[in-house]
Amino acid sequence: MSATARPDAIPPRDPAVARVETAFQALRRQRLRAGLAAAAILAAAFIVSAIVSEFYPGRLIEGLPRAGEYFGKLIPDLRWSALLSGPKTEGSIAYWFYRIDQWAWLIFETANMAALGTLMGAVGGFLLCFPAAANLAPNAWVFQSVRRFLELFRTVPEIVYALILVWAFGIGPLPGILAIALHTTGALGKLFAEAVENADMRAWDGVRAVGGTWLMGVRYAIVPQVLPNFLSYVLLRFEVNVRGASIIGFVGAGGIGQEIYQVISQNYYEEIGAIVLLVVLTVAAIDLISERLRLGVIGRT
Amino acid sequence: MALAVPDDAAIRAARARLPRAFGPGPARRAATLLRWACLAIWLAGALWWFDFSPTRIWNGLSGLATILVLMVPPSPGELWADILQGLAESVAMAFLGTFLAAVVAVPLGFLGARNVVTNLLAHFSLRRVFDGLRGVDQLIWALAYVRAVGLGPLAGVLAIFSADVAVLAKMYAEAIENAERRQVEGVVAAGATRTLAVRFGLLPQVLPVILAQALYAFESNTRSAAILGVVGAGGIGLQIAERIKVRHWDEVAFIILLLVATVAVIDLISGRIRRRFIGARGRT
Repeated sequence: MSATARPDAIPPRDPAVARVETAFQALRRQRLRAGLAAAAILAAAFIVSAIVSEFYPGRLIEGLPRAGEYFGKLIPDLRWSALLSGPKTEGSIAYWFYRIDQWAWLIFETANMAALGTLMGAVGGFLLCFPAAANLAPNAWVFQSVRRFLELFRTVPEIVYALILVWAFGIGPLPGILAIALHTTGALGKLFAEAVENADMRAWDGVRAVGGTWLMGVRYAIVPQVLPNFLSYVLLRFEVNVRGASIIGFVGAGGIGQEIYQVISQNYYEEIGAIVLLVVLTVAAIDLISERLRLGVIGRT
Repeated sequence: MALAVPDDAAIRAARARLPRAFGPGPARRAATLLRWACLAIWLAGALWWFDFSPTRIWNGLSGLATILVLMVPPSPGELWADILQGLAESVAMAFLGTFLAAVVAVPLGFLGARNVVTNLLAHFSLRRVFDGLRGVDQLIWALAYVRAVGLGPLAGVLAIFSADVAVLAKMYAEAIENAERRQVEGVVAAGATRTLAVRFGLLPQVLPVILAQALYAFESNTRSAAILGVVGAGGIGLQIAERIKVRHWDEVAFIILLLVATVAVIDLISGRIRRRFIGARGRT
């Protein structure tokens, strides 16, 4: 066809046009059928799980107003006139947060527990992620066993580890930190391994071609590529772990959790509101800082 | 042509002319060193504060070894039906909570994306609302919902939904912000309105990510739904907590293994779906 041919020069009854049209319609029909099948499966799964988990409209309509009422009670009784007066005056912020010093210390402890647990877990995940990446694993056996190992670590929730470790190590932050570290190893190991699998293998080929060992390949070809990704995953995980550390005290493993459990189970509504607000503000602050750091990490490379 | 081997003087001259080409300068090196030193000091302090003493670690590890020995062989005990029902409840709670959260999070994600809602104040405040809801853990939601709607899996579903809506909305918003701008620009250049640009420029790029994140959330919720029972919100957690309390470690091990197997099956299914809709290249 010459370069000057225009679209309207195509003969209207070209059999190719009809063929393309039929193929296109067939593809559309196939896509529609696949979409409908997926929707049907989704609907069936929805109905079955609604029945199993007693998610009935009646109970929902009955329950939601009560939930609203409960959350309404968490809002403290603050008065404008007394807002900034001392902790003895009812309706002031200081009265609401009358135990702020203890709570602040507990939250500081919680954040440190999370940081230590994240660090330990990140080290564990870093060591295990390379044999768990399909493109670097020395053989299928190592790959599968490390993958299963990581799966076991991240499938068992922190609280369950904490329940067991509290029994072994005694009450306090230490079992909580170890529980976080174990779970984080599994979670980060998987994410790290996926990042490694997505790495550009040409650098790896280059290092191996000039006689580098497996370790050298990892050090000089893979790590520089994936390190920013790893750091951003670690920071994200740290945010997750701060929340995790704040509830791990439910089972006696340190941090603010013990306090939260007590005020919720004894219905000290205003204190629930105060502590949860403190935790949320802390998490938000940590999130802001870590977002800034993450953007820096990704932007620099 | 032979390569010219530079002598010392040439190297010195080059270093004086282009110091940055010879690695980081002394200031940057000092800053790096300082950072590592700070990390080491904090680490030592934290280890001391949280009482990571060798004796304590040793005693703990021997206690753990005792537990691990008692866990072998895992045994289901006599309450098969309870365990299976708890497991089914956990999976159902996870599915329902994630599904509802994923549906509600899509519009919220678009609202929270900087490149869709360009008003900086709206973006900032919505993101902070997400952070606020995200900051409250599922287990706290579950405790509160148990007080509000009573014991049982309904509280669990609501807890998972409440906690995950914000997480997913944030993820979606970030995916939308990371989307390639050129496709949107192309659609706009062809004369499309804002809505059409989102539909044909943005949505095809982010839909795989949205689906992948929802599936990943489902996987993670299957795990976390397993513990909501610890506070009475239905699922397998109650069974685990009760057996740990009476130290039936073999049954604890059995339930944990069952949980791992269930989660593996769900991961497998969800991975299949992910690959099918996203292609082999898709990443979570």
